[in-house]
Amino acid sequence: MELRVTVEKNFGRFLLNADLSVRGKRVGIFGPSGGGKSTLVGLIAGLSRPDRGIITLDGETLFDSSSGINVRTEDRRMGMVFQRPSLFPHLNVKGNLLYGYKRCAPENRKIVFDDVVEVLNIGRLLDSGVKKLSGGEKQRVAIGRAVLGNPRLLLLDEPLSALDDSLKFQIVPFLRNACEAFGIPYLFISHSLLEIRIMTDQVLNVVNGRIVGQTTAEALVRSRMGDSMAGYMNLLQLSAPRQVDALYAYTWGGQQLFTASGDDRPEGLFELSSTDIMLFKSHPEAISARNLLKCRVAGTFQAGNRVGVDLECNGNGRLVAEVVRQAADELGIRAGAEVYAAIKSTAFRKLG
Amino acid sequence: MLGFTHADYSAILLSVKVATVATLLSLPFAFAVAYLMTYRRFRGRIALDVAVNLPLTLPPVVIGYLLLMLLGQQGLVGKLLLQPLGIKLIFTWKAAVIATSVVGFPLMVRSIRTAMEAIDERLVQVSRLLGAAMLDRIITVILPLSVRGIIAGSVLMFARGLGEFGATVIVAGNIPGVTQTIPLAIYEYASSPKGDVMALSLCAISICISVVVLVFHEYLGRRITRRG
Repeated sequence: MELRVTVEKNFGRFLLNADLSVRGKRVGIFGPSGGGKSTLVGLIAGLSRPDRGIITLDGETLFDSSSGINVRTEDRRMGMVFQRPSLFPHLNVKGNLLYGYKRCAPENRKIVFDDVVEVLNIGRLLDSGVKKLSGGEKQRVAIGRAVLGNPRLLLLDEPLSALDDSLKFQIVPFLRNACEAFGIPYLFISHSLLEIRIMTDQVLNVVNGRIVGQTTAEALVRSRMGDSMAGYMNLLQLSAPRQVDALYAYTWGGQQLFTASGDDRPEGLFELSSTDIMLFKSHPEAISARNLLKCRVAGTFQAGNRVGVDLECNGNGRLVAEVVRQAADELGIRAGAEVYAAIKSTAFRKLG
Repeated sequence: MLGFTHADYSAILLSVKVATVATLLSLPFAFAVAYLMTYRRFRGRIALDVAVNLPLTLPPVVIGYLLLMLLGQQGLVGKLLLQPLGIKLIFTWKAAVIATSVVGFPLMVRSIRTAMEAIDERLVQVSRLLGAAMLDRIITVILPLSVRGIIAGSVLMFARGLGEFGATVIVAGNIPGVTQTIPLAIYEYASSPKGDVMALSLCAISICISVVVLVFHEYLGRRITRRG
């Protein structure tokens, strides 16, 4: 997907003046609420009209104020998922799912009904009325409806914001799988850095109606680590849990991690703050923390007056820890050094 | 039964007929006007709003008189359109239909419009994003989601049509068996010395019809709620 947007729209008190050019499949639009993210996406979808500017998608001009081109929303082939599911209340689940599919030209119908139903696991809901569904089910149907419209670009406008945390991370795999399985490029709009990291590779940072930066999700998180008391959030995909006494033992890249929270599901996404990882230069004989990992320092980076430490643990697992500068000097933390990382089992927060 | 004359029976039938035809005739126009007022921004929108709602505030007699001026033999429409086509409206039941339509129209538009304004704007946007053009959106989203308002408006207009008096008496007259509806018949009985019993009987019929209509409305409303 290649999207170029140069638009201006004046709302009196608020001016949107965006200039962007992105290529890629997983693009994030990140920024604080009220910064103009949704407005920008509305212009791309054609739901509102820029005062002036140009919008092109994969070389096709969707809007051009100078030549008077304005492709109608219904002809732009954009799928959109909003914060609220906005399902048609007068149609059942199947009717909702097929609404866009039926209106899609037969030659563009590459994604078919049965596949989407399977990926989103909504087979048993097909004949239900939409009012009977739970919040998560509704959002899955909304995603399926947008995907089945066989869009060229999927616009995900804070699709997870209205869901509570546990539900959010149950939806994430469905959303990711649907987009990956069917190869649909998307713009993912969110004010949550965590969601952006999980869902996207590149990020456009939108503040006060302007694009103030274009970077990767990882770089964005690292650059903000210095300002944040919470530190850098490591995201760990852990699997195969076993219950050991009062703790859960998960497998992570060939080693075991003990966590205080967990459940029976085979996979789980966990969050671990860089501030919760304590580094030792040599093996501490006895500590209370339940996890002690032997790691190699892959590199360091500056974040304010703190030092971020990239750790390689047993080859495939990577973590980011942080220490103050004096500590880094005393421990001799530099690329190639060996350290031990101690993590309390309670430091892992289960996301989904 | 109840000692109704032939003319009384035809008055009852005519009332129902006029109200039904006027309601059905107004439906597509009322829907179109409600759609325009809710979803379109155009020049003259306020003028249209005022014109549509005027019959609500004007005395029906005024409306009847204006219609008579317009549709009569010397009227603009009457002279230029109806006469050359050989159509005679004034003092026929069709004139009663027109009078009833004009008087009840704003009630129907209001009811449909209220329903349309309550439709989540997002749903209309979603249907656009999924490829539905204007007419498609109207038929598959706006119409089904405003159906309660359409039913309520129709019932309101039908009930109002049953009671239409002022405009009807001027454009259609009060000809027993031809243009005399229930209200006109009651008026005639009420102004004759021994007509009290008959006037009351017709009142009872009026009440019965109204109750049936309201119960029907309630029934439809519940069915829709249950289905949704």
